[in-house]
Amino acid sequence: MEKNTQATAKPTAYKKSVWKKAAARWQIYLLLILPVALLLIFNYAPMAGVVIAFKKFSLRKGIWDSPWVGFANFEKFFTSFKFPLILKNTIILSIYGFAASFPLPIVLALCLNAMRGRRYKKVIQTVTYLPHFISTVVMVGLLFSVLSNRSGLYGALYTGMTGEIGPNILGNPKSFRHLYVWSDVWKNTGYAAVIYIAALAGVDVSLHQSAEIDGASRFQRMIYIDLPTIMPSISILLILEVGKILSVGAERVLLMQNTLNMQYSEVISTYVYKMGIASGASNDYSFSTAVGLFNSVVNFILLIVTNKISDKISGNAIF
Amino acid sequence: MHKFRYLSWNDKVFYIVNALVLTIFFIMVLYPCIFVVSASLSEGMYVNNGKVVLFPVGFTWENYSMALSMEVIWIGFFNSVKYAAIGAFISVSMTMTVAYALSRDNVPGNKVVMFLYLVTMFFSGGLIPTYLVIRSLDMVNTMWALVLPGAVTAYNMIVARTFIRNSIPNELLEASMMDGCSDIVYYVRIVLPLSKAIIAVNTLNAVVSQWNSYMSPMIYLNDRNKMTLPIFLKEILLNSTIEVTEGMDYLEIAKMNERMASMKYAIIVMTMVPILILYPFIQKYFVKGVMVGSVKG
Repeated sequence: MEKNTQATAKPTAYKKSVWKKAAARWQIYLLLILPVALLLIFNYAPMAGVVIAFKKFSLRKGIWDSPWVGFANFEKFFTSFKFPLILKNTIILSIYGFAASFPLPIVLALCLNAMRGRRYKKVIQTVTYLPHFISTVVMVGLLFSVLSNRSGLYGALYTGMTGEIGPNILGNPKSFRHLYVWSDVWKNTGYAAVIYIAALAGVDVSLHQSAEIDGASRFQRMIYIDLPTIMPSISILLILEVGKILSVGAERVLLMQNTLNMQYSEVISTYVYKMGIASGASNDYSFSTAVGLFNSVVNFILLIVTNKISDKISGNAIF
Repeated sequence: MHKFRYLSWNDKVFYIVNALVLTIFFIMVLYPCIFVVSASLSEGMYVNNGKVVLFPVGFTWENYSMALSMEVIWIGFFNSVKYAAIGAFISVSMTMTVAYALSRDNVPGNKVVMFLYLVTMFFSGGLIPTYLVIRSLDMVNTMWALVLPGAVTAYNMIVARTFIRNSIPNELLEASMMDGCSDIVYYVRIVLPLSKAIIAVNTLNAVVSQWNSYMSPMIYLNDRNKMTLPIFLKEILLNSTIEVTEGMDYLEIAKMNERMASMKYAIIVMTMVPILILYPFIQKYFVKGVMVGSVKG
């Protein structure tokens, strides 16, 4: 209350000092010109460009002169025969992926933290987060080569053990989901664990000591001391992950997709890419934008909802 | 830490099971990598018959010489190096500049700029509108379409800003200002030299993401001479089939296919080697970078 009266007491003096302050900092504004220009051009101009989702955009007419069509593009998507399949694939892939790749880094971090033998621990940590730096293209190439039933590791082991040529995993469309999810686990678990390991380094040693005196086993200490310590990090990452639940990235799916597994692998992002960029002359920019916008809106709602829930339950929220 | 034999029975079991689980995971990550190296050094025939399990069989460098003789690998390599270097330079210099400008107090309006960056963490125009903007700027089929749009990401910028705020004492700013140092001189002469760790992390991030990027070059480039390594790697690794020309007999095709399979392993190894060499040097910075990110302020 006091602050308020002070601020309103001499508004003119306050206003003047803002301009004075700003003038004194002109070099800071100079530094900001270029990055902010990039920000406006490459982040905010596309956001404004989302209006074409409600138009029938053609390159010849440009954004402003293209006619409005309301929700026609959305209707077209929701009523298209591909919609249920794409939505189903997207949801299954992301929930399956989330269920596998969210808890495992936590488990890895807890196990590593509880491990005896410093050097071995260091070696394991270093090696397990190495695959993160392998590019997606090479990772998928590696996956296909290693799982080949003729020239791959899988083939060699299968043939070595049974004397026959193994069933072709890669040719089976049903295996797409498992390959997609577990290859990501292989690539990213070690890296995702780093943030938890960093948080675990901050556990209060005296907590462990007193728990030990009270007779707690190492496993109990892991559950009742280590886990609660990293709970705030877990909730924050959980919120961010759930906010991305409908955004299965196009890159890895496109690389692993073929005509056989299309029925399981077509997701929203790949559909947007195909309808809007990869169809040459028949690119439907407005339609693809509408599909993409639908995806972002659902994601944002999910983000808000989980953030609210997390805030209520644990008091951890990102905003 | 207590000696192992003094531990209680159930702690002993815990440590043993724990070490076992970690070892299994460790092997699952490492084994495919070792296999790839061994297969790349083996003759195609043995790889194809499943004879290679752990060590190379029929040791040969042939797969590597064959891979290195492919012209596209070199075109892709030089383009990727160029884009990664320029992209990383732009990205790091822009990110640090914004981070510094927004780390300063008493700059009217910098909260607004901060807010503009924060919004981009949750909203984006999406693929098509971004494509249309880049197209309208005539940047399609140029390097700029790859290096400019993602130059400053809000997350990296916030991490750098946190770093500058927490690790450079405010007294340094006051003392410099007292000596007549301007905002830009303070940034160039004081802030940048003191931010080496975060610059290293950002450089690494930018190089790796540009080097590994597949979607952007695929969408924006259409000239084969401008394509990056991942685009060519995709062609070779994922959909290479032997071009069957007339006069080739069945055996010859089979032989070519065999060689192709083992050459793929050589290419995978070659693309992993640069990262493996850099890895020990960047590793310590990397963990540091993640830690800076985890103490957001």
